Amino acid sequence: MNEIIRASGIGKKFGATQALKDISFEVINGEVFGFIGPDGGGKTTLFRIIATLLLPDEGELNVLGSDCRTGFRDLRKNIGYMPGRFSLYQDLTVEENLNFYATVFGTTVSENYELIADIYSHIEPFSKRLAGKLSGGMKQKLALSCALIHKPPLLILDEPTTGVDAVSRSEFWEMLRKLRQHNITILVSTPYMDEAMKCDRVALIQDGKILSVDKPQNIRNGFKSRLFRFMAADKYRLMLALRKYSETITAYPFGDSVHVTFRNDSYDDSLINIFRSEGIENVIIEETKAGIEDRFLELMEA
Amino acid sequence: MNRFLGFVRKEFLHIFRDYRTLIILFGLPAAQIMLFGYVVSTDIKNAGVAFLDLSKDEITVKISDKICSSGFFKRTGDLIDYNDIDRVMKMGNTKAVIVFENDFGRNLMSEGKAEISIIADGSEPNTATLVTNYLTAIITDFNREFSGSSASLSLSVQSEVRMFYNPGLKGHYMFVPGVITLIMILICALMTSVTITREKEFGTMEVLMVSPLKPVQIILGKVMPYFFLSFIDVIIILLLSWLVFDLPVKGSLVLLLSESMLYIMMSLSLGILISTVSGTMQQAIFISLVGMMLPTVLLSGFIFPIENMPVAYRWISSVLPPGYFLVILKNIMIKGTGFFYVWKETLILVLFTVAFIGLSVRNFKIRLQ
Amino acid sequence: MTNNTVISVRNLVKKFGNFTANDNLNFEVFKGEIFGFLGANGAGKTTTIRILSGLSVPTSGDALVAGFSALHQPEEIKKIIGYMCQKFSLYEDLTVRENIMLYGGIYGLNRKLIKERTNDLLEKLNFGAYGNKLIASLPLGLKQKLAFSVAVLHEPEIVFLDEPTGGVDPVTRRQFWEMIYETASRGITVFVTTHYMDEAEYCDRISIMNEGSIVALDTPANLKKQYDAESVEEVFVKIARPPIPHKFVLKQEE
Repeated sequence: MNEIIRASGIGKKFGATQALKDISFEVINGEVFGFIGPDGGGKTTLFRIIATLLLPDEGELNVLGSDCRTGFRDLRKNIGYMPGRFSLYQDLTVEENLNFYATVFGTTVSENYELIADIYSHIEPFSKRLAGKLSGGMKQKLALSCALIHKPPLLILDEPTTGVDAVSRSEFWEMLRKLRQHNITILVSTPYMDEAMKCDRVALIQDGKILSVDKPQNIRNGFKSRLFRFMAADKYRLMLALRKYSETITAYPFGDSVHVTFRNDSYDDSLINIFRSEGIENVIIEETKAGIEDRFLELMEA
Repeated sequence: MNRFLGFVRKEFLHIFRDYRTLIILFGLPAAQIMLFGYVVSTDIKNAGVAFLDLSKDEITVKISDKICSSGFFKRTGDLIDYNDIDRVMKMGNTKAVIVFENDFGRNLMSEGKAEISIIADGSEPNTATLVTNYLTAIITDFNREFSGSSASLSLSVQSEVRMFYNPGLKGHYMFVPGVITLIMILICALMTSVTITREKEFGTMEVLMVSPLKPVQIILGKVMPYFFLSFIDVIIILLLSWLVFDLPVKGSLVLLLSESMLYIMMSLSLGILISTVSGTMQQAIFISLVGMMLPTVLLSGFIFPIENMPVAYRWISSVLPPGYFLVILKNIMIKGTGFFYVWKETLILVLFTVAFIGLSVRNFKIRLQ
Repeated sequence: MTNNTVISVRNLVKKFGNFTANDNLNFEVFKGEIFGFLGANGAGKTTTIRILSGLSVPTSGDALVAGFSALHQPEEIKKIIGYMCQKFSLYEDLTVRENIMLYGGIYGLNRKLIKERTNDLLEKLNFGAYGNKLIASLPLGLKQKLAFSVAVLHEPEIVFLDEPTGGVDPVTRRQFWEMIYETASRGITVFVTTHYMDEAEYCDRISIMNEGSIVALDTPANLKKQYDAESVEEVFVKIARPPIPHKFVLKQEE
């Protein structure tokens, strides 16, 4: 079977709040599938439904051939789940945590050591240290080792990179890519748009709705207009000046520049005149390729 | 099975790694026993006694002098009639009144026996017990001397002890059964509910629920170590009270331990029930302490006798399981009665246990809310 | 020290027992600048910020914050700074208006001024309809913007922001940066700490801390040029990734 997850029309309400609306997507065997979206967008709720912790109010969900309503017992044996807060026992050592999860899932550390070796070797020197005393990056690696220890065909990682520094995050993504050679399908969520590029396919999710599902490259290509980046010493005044120009559609700060789109995809001398009259000098203008965040923004406003 | 044992092993690790848990588990019972024991075993010195001597003969004077020269008591007054008793007691410095019956000396000589009443201030049960014990000892001593001197006669002074304010003096030997009752509910209900909610709070429960562990395995795994450790606690308390305070178990030890196990199970199921209704450790602690500890201390008859409570409180105490266990313990430990006398209370505890387990199973979710 | 220096850190050292959390730091932050303060977990960022906000005193060296010494006048410093962290800034069970009034009161604004600024603020954020709503009922983006506004309510010299836009949606995030730019253009210095390198890209200058020392300090553009990197993230990884794996180091010690 090629489809690891098949979801159609999933909806979930908490009281009056509609947490998920009509969620449909498929995850294919062996891919790294990312859910990208801001906090409160419904990522955690969706992952809990997939991990059999919640039932959807409506819609169909099939994971690894089991129905989410009736097949949850089988499913629980076959998924590795890492909730948003790293689910570690702070008062147990690194080794004890790993051993515990191995026993609970009916295996031993040595049996699947090969699978986690690459990840666990980073923290192995600290195996006698209490999990509560580890840094964020090390906790993350230990939690991942624990979730992997029973060699699940499907790994569900809810915001694994939140609260972890940039170095650990980039190491983490490398590890996930290496896991693909073991034929493990990975479902991962993150609020950070730039991490979308590390996934094979992503779903952009906002307010409980999926905005788009595609390869990250295709999502970027979906950005219709030409995008320009403007740079000047005073970004704030530059941005205000750009908004005075009648042909400007959007002008947003983005990193060290301002991302701008124009009606008819071009600007003329009157923009330069505005800069001159506002006293903004040395403006650098170049055309740029839209990022995931630009596309996300476009989809949100659509 | 391996899975389950691994889980139990982890629970033991949690317990032994946290010295605060260990203190509560083993330090608290020992401290409680010592604390209560110390309060009870306080020596008395120059406690005030008053005399109501309705006979005023040679022998009553001898006895009064012997009491006042013992060093334990000092004379606070001589009363004219029974109405004075209440008055001197209320003044507070008189701990007991000794009443000699009419014609005390004559009765003793003619009938071979005479009566002394000791009326103690029951508002301080521990002092009252001590005072009456000492007085009785002094009178018994006198009795022996007196009989010895008039060799042919077998004379006896019979003392009758009555308690003012607190007839029957509940709360005296009660402290050991009371401590067991209290400690068990504390350890079992509080600690199990906290250990389960802790997993919810740290997010580890999510992973356990997703694992192949069944809910019943999770609950049993959580509870087993505490069952075992609580049982050790009971034994420690019994040993301490026997070795330090000389309080033996009068009835069957096997019965006592079996009843204790039942009570532990009841408290554990209560703890599980609390954990199913609380989302955070804070809530669990609050419910256990305010909901269970306080009523146990105040309403189960541990400190205040149930018979003296207003009707409404008696109703409340009748739905509190600890009270029943207290009755069972008292019967077995102090009165030495057998199962026949406590089957009703035992049955009630069984019913509580079944109800708590039933409610817990109904409340425990295989999914998140 | 130039006239527009707002923070001036000189030979700052902070030790906890044998552990040196800040090892001889020297840097300056200018008025109206957006300064990004980056570093891995445990690099010593939190220690520095605690000193700069008057919550902790240096072991040796000093830091002048708006002219006040972190060593001698920490109480003065607390009055002229604002602080916002991503979580727990506002009381969830109070209304928007109550939160604003509360913070105004804490920073000693008089009643009239608080009322004035509360109304200004509600108007500026288009919050009119939300004034009497509980914070708990607001969307995350609005909370974030409100938290920032409250942090600068008393017009501090410097505002410290801890991961201010982590986890918010892109629209809010851009609006949020606009607010930061606007604040900086009024002359308030914005001091941002973050794990997230894409946030760092928005700053005027950034410093990168590693094991208690500042190992890089420049504009994002210059740093990218210097380290031949596409993004600040790449710069950071190049600087902060330990050259030898931990395992190897430990084995050597054995």
